Amino acid sequence: MNFDDTPQEAAFRTEARAWIAANAPKQYEAELSKSSLGRISLAKDDIVDVGKAWQKQKAEGGWACLHWPKEYGGRGATPIEKVIWQQEEGVYGKLTQPFQIGEGMCGPTVMAFGSEEHKRHYLPKLASGEQIWCQLFSEPAGGSDVAGLRTRAEKQGDNWIVNGQKIWTSGAHYSDYGLLITRTDPNVPKHKGLTMFFLDMKSKGVEVRPIKQANGMQEFNEVYFTDVVIPDSQRLGNVGDGWNVSLTTLMNERMSIGARLATGFPEIFEFCSSLMTEDGPAIDDRATRSKLAGWAVKASGLKYTSYRAVSALSKGERPGPENSIGKLVAGVMLQDIASYAMDLQGAAGALTGAAEELATGQFQQMLLSAPSMRIAGGTDEILRNIIAERVLGLPGDIRVDKDVPFNKIPTKGR
Amino acid sequence: MNFDFSDEQKQMRDEARKFLAEKCPPKAVRAVLDGHASYDKELWKGLAEMGFLGVAIPEEFGGAGAGHLELCVIAEEMGRALAPVPFSSTVYLAAEAILLAGSAAQKKKWLPAIASGEAIGTLALFEGKGNPSPDGIKLAASGGSLNGVKKPVPDGAIADFAVVTGRTGSTGRDGDISLFLVDLKAGGVEAKALTSLDPSRGQAELTFRNCKAEPLGAAGEGWSILTQVLDRAAVLMAFEQVGGADRALEMGRDYALDRIAFGRPIGSFQAVKHMLADMYVSATLARSNCYYGAWALSTNASELPEAAAAARISATQAFQHCAKNNIQVHGGMGFTWEFDCHMYYRRANATALGLGSLSYWEDALIDRMRKKNAA
Repeated sequence: MNFDDTPQEAAFRTEARAWIAANAPKQYEAELSKSSLGRISLAKDDIVDVGKAWQKQKAEGGWACLHWPKEYGGRGATPIEKVIWQQEEGVYGKLTQPFQIGEGMCGPTVMAFGSEEHKRHYLPKLASGEQIWCQLFSEPAGGSDVAGLRTRAEKQGDNWIVNGQKIWTSGAHYSDYGLLITRTDPNVPKHKGLTMFFLDMKSKGVEVRPIKQANGMQEFNEVYFTDVVIPDSQRLGNVGDGWNVSLTTLMNERMSIGARLATGFPEIFEFCSSLMTEDGPAIDDRATRSKLAGWAVKASGLKYTSYRAVSALSKGERPGPENSIGKLVAGVMLQDIASYAMDLQGAAGALTGAAEELATGQFQQMLLSAPSMRIAGGTDEILRNIIAERVLGLPGDIRVDKDVPFNKIPTKGR
Repeated sequence: MNFDFSDEQKQMRDEARKFLAEKCPPKAVRAVLDGHASYDKELWKGLAEMGFLGVAIPEEFGGAGAGHLELCVIAEEMGRALAPVPFSSTVYLAAEAILLAGSAAQKKKWLPAIASGEAIGTLALFEGKGNPSPDGIKLAASGGSLNGVKKPVPDGAIADFAVVTGRTGSTGRDGDISLFLVDLKAGGVEAKALTSLDPSRGQAELTFRNCKAEPLGAAGEGWSILTQVLDRAAVLMAFEQVGGADRALEMGRDYALDRIAFGRPIGSFQAVKHMLADMYVSATLARSNCYYGAWALSTNASELPEAAAAARISATQAFQHCAKNNIQVHGGMGFTWEFDCHMYYRRANATALGLGSLSYWEDALIDRMRKKNAA
């Protein structure tokens, strides 16, 4: 049991570290280190512009999407090398936020189901950040129940005509391409009538509308499709096989091993260490210490769980399912920590943007943003189902809509 | 990075699991629980023969000289099987104290006897209510003679010797405390068995009257040595707790697959699934914290105090959580004496207290993190 690199890993790390030291945009380092929670924004520059510049530089140096094959813009690196790269990239990794969906989900799906011509054409530009991709899966009527989606695609000659609406699409407003799942046959059970495409987001009939979120920000979008034409050549997988294609996409979502999830623990520990109450520093209070200790062991538990996954990768094994617990633990923690930090501030805890505001309002912002951590990318409840069914081997839920043609499934209760 | 046990260590875990499945089925735990024996003597003998009692004791003192990572994997299996033997008091507490602070003669006398299963040891620390603290130690030690009462002492009624904390000064500082080694069979100590939450692991009251004792470690160093012993024992006990938590989770999972209600396995209901998923989450977090503790223990890392506290807290929470929800998954059957669920529930809650309670370790963790941050 040790934390040491193998000689090959150490050599790779040295090379990565040297390249980053010579090339990273150091002018943003301080700003990036501070913003550990939620979406990143920079004071003077647009995060997408700065991100694109960094991604391009990485691509030129051979460090973009490094676990991808070279011919598609990667480096042919091993999974453990990718993890080492992420560790070394450190705070600059935050600049890759606009590309994560493309790199993590859209790219791998195109790689698995696209034609060779498509792969050579689209993937290098995705890898270098020249083109940004988004994922068009969720719908108003299909969130956790993705397969309940209603956006229709109808064949017309060599094209498909798409009508419908997607929602919760991160980055749709700056994306060049989208991975789109549609219903092509409503007369068969829901999982069987789906087909996957990719499309140019500038196609005629695509309308992106930002969603104003509960935290006041606008990061997600609604995307409307009105008679949008998609050539059949942009279909990924067979007609009616979209559900299986989407599983590839979603499985790749789990590959985010080694990526640090924000838990809020370092922030609350520092806050309680410096906050003075009538009885002295908050951290001397028994109740506070108990809460801090509980969060501390969750944060360290997550950290060492990811170390175990990295170790499995290092040995060439597939990491176990342990890592699927990350978001489930971190989301609730963020929310609880934010509430407690505000509780310690008393009535002033409700203030934002005022002179009384402590810790520059980070906990108030954390509180308002935390609900999305528990919903996006699989709700807490869906994650528990996944753990129960795929890890513990418990039976799936009894599904009343499974063998029913999609257009016979009830759409309203009561 | 290789943040995992080696293949040899995993093999040892499998061996221990196989051995305990055969020699320590729930029936064996029940024999002690029901009061038919004070501990499982046959099992104790078997553990010695397998070399498990001396796994971390150097070869020159009759042990296997393997190390603490090996001891961690065995501890996990002991917890999983709820082994009704004085393993934790003898191996994690007494042996660790002697390894840390014993003279050559003391090591030569007691370590081989531990490894061979001839001597059961324990730590006599507590004196009634409260968590470990120098102030709580009143037992008077002067002129090589002890006077006072210790309780609860784990396995105190069956132990052959004890490491005893005694007061040798009255300055109000940690240096007032010294450690002593007492041969409990040599007279001057009266042992009385106490009833407790988990009768499969005995507790006792030891009364010392002009009891002869030899110092263990330097005078006035007792508190400092004790703190180190408790940290080491905390990691090892955390592995027992993780073993128990995993088994309780498995029992709940198996029952949820087997039990039919409303025409379907109860494991298909989300309310049950989610409860089991949460148990898995806490057991996984605890295991990962324990691995870090194992690394710190086996390398004597400066991170040990913090790592030990984190492992202890996380494993205490996980075992308690899994044991109580295992009963809940079993419903009414889980509340019967006949089903094994209560044995895990009892063990989980008793081990949560033995080395200092959850709040004690929470306090310790925060102190240690602050110290590190200040440094």
